[in-house]
Amino acid sequence: MSRSVIDIIDLTKEEIDQLIETAEDIIADPEKYAHICAGKKLATMFFEPSTRTRMSFEAAMYELGGYVLSMTDAATSSAAKGESVSDTAKVISCYADIIAMRHPKEGAAYVAAAAASIPVINAGDGGHCHPTQTLADLLTIKREKGRLGNLTVGLCGDLKFGRTVHSLIQALSRYEDIKLVLISPDELKLPEYVYSDVIVKNKMKCTQTSDLLWALPKLDVLYMTRVQKERFFNEEDYVRLKDSYILTPEKLALAKPDTSVLHPLPRVNEISVAIDDDPRACYFKQVKYGKYMRMALILKLLTEDGTIIY
Amino acid sequence: MNIDSIKNGVVIDHITAGRGMKLYRLLDLDGLDVPVAIIKNAYSNKKGKKDIIKIDADITVDLDVVGFVDPGATVNIIKDGAVIGKHKITLPQTLKNVIKCKNPRCITTTEQELPHVFRLTDPEHKIYRCVYCDTKSNV
Repeated sequence: MSRSVIDIIDLTKEEIDQLIETAEDIIADPEKYAHICAGKKLATMFFEPSTRTRMSFEAAMYELGGYVLSMTDAATSSAAKGESVSDTAKVISCYADIIAMRHPKEGAAYVAAAAASIPVINAGDGGHCHPTQTLADLLTIKREKGRLGNLTVGLCGDLKFGRTVHSLIQALSRYEDIKLVLISPDELKLPEYVYSDVIVKNKMKCTQTSDLLWALPKLDVLYMTRVQKERFFNEEDYVRLKDSYILTPEKLALAKPDTSVLHPLPRVNEISVAIDDDPRACYFKQVKYGKYMRMALILKLLTEDGTIIY
Repeated sequence: MNIDSIKNGVVIDHITAGRGMKLYRLLDLDGLDVPVAIIKNAYSNKKGKKDIIKIDADITVDLDVVGFVDPGATVNIIKDGAVIGKHKITLPQTLKNVIKCKNPRCITTTEQELPHVFRLTDPEHKIYRCVYCDTKSNV
């Protein structure tokens, strides 16, 4: 069975640091990597709508000189005929060299990885894991702050259903002297199991608050999240909570001059567009860094699988 | 109360009082067409009271299920009226098709043929999590 990445904890801290190093080398010298995956194919198996993550994977593979096979709409795929995730993964293993997969059900990527004979990268399985978003977040923090330790990181918005938040906390728990400030309404607080299994277990310093204004001046990094409609069973709850935390220029004025504002995107209205031109706004750079980290991860997994020599 | 000794079979002893029925259900003993006795609240020197299950047939008991329900229980194999083997019970590292994932978003809800697999993530607090979605089992 090939090595797959389903959860950020599938990668060691050393491996993440190596991926960041590779991504930074790609940024410095993209030509060096432009043909490294020539003739190799990435299959994007997307069972639920996603524009940016799918295109990011596709752009990553093209920039490595490879090809892309796309399954973009589950409604017109074999899944609509009732084919299991395992069978689809086995079939696609016959066509491609690596799979990037998104699925609305939690654990779907685990099932695919167990069945596939090629590496599988989880591009999001419901509200569970989204490791390449976390890799993008880490590279952004590294590039903006110059380090991944000794930081006060605020996580704001939907901390309950926000899978990117859970993975980022998990990843940051491996770095020294991280102080977390969790900013959310009571209904969207971080789940107890993430709190006890990651924050408490790793003895991370952590403050929980519902007051964004109180937290802002303390932060080196502010990670905003969207209150996601698709994670709610009840529309009323969604409507009531979606505008809980909106970052405006007036609020951002309270932050340090070098606070970095991140967001996994897409945003709805939780960050005012008036902030986009502020040098502290990093969320569009974050998108670009995501592509570089996906390139680094594809390279790593194809190299370990013996598909390419790098 | 007297329950006859069994000649050939299995005795699950020292079950924490109250867990006998759960073990009976999870071991699927209901489906067996052999004599099975559940003794609830039997006298115990060590615990005060305990449950006991006696199965009067030479069957293989899933020790992982016993360990999951009650790692303090003992499993004795009886042949010709004598104990010929005792199994040491520990908390199993994984559980396959013993408990079901209750998370409505888990892949096991739509792909019915998938086994329900849980792994032990916290032995101290006896916490198992679904290998697919990491949901905690409600033991």
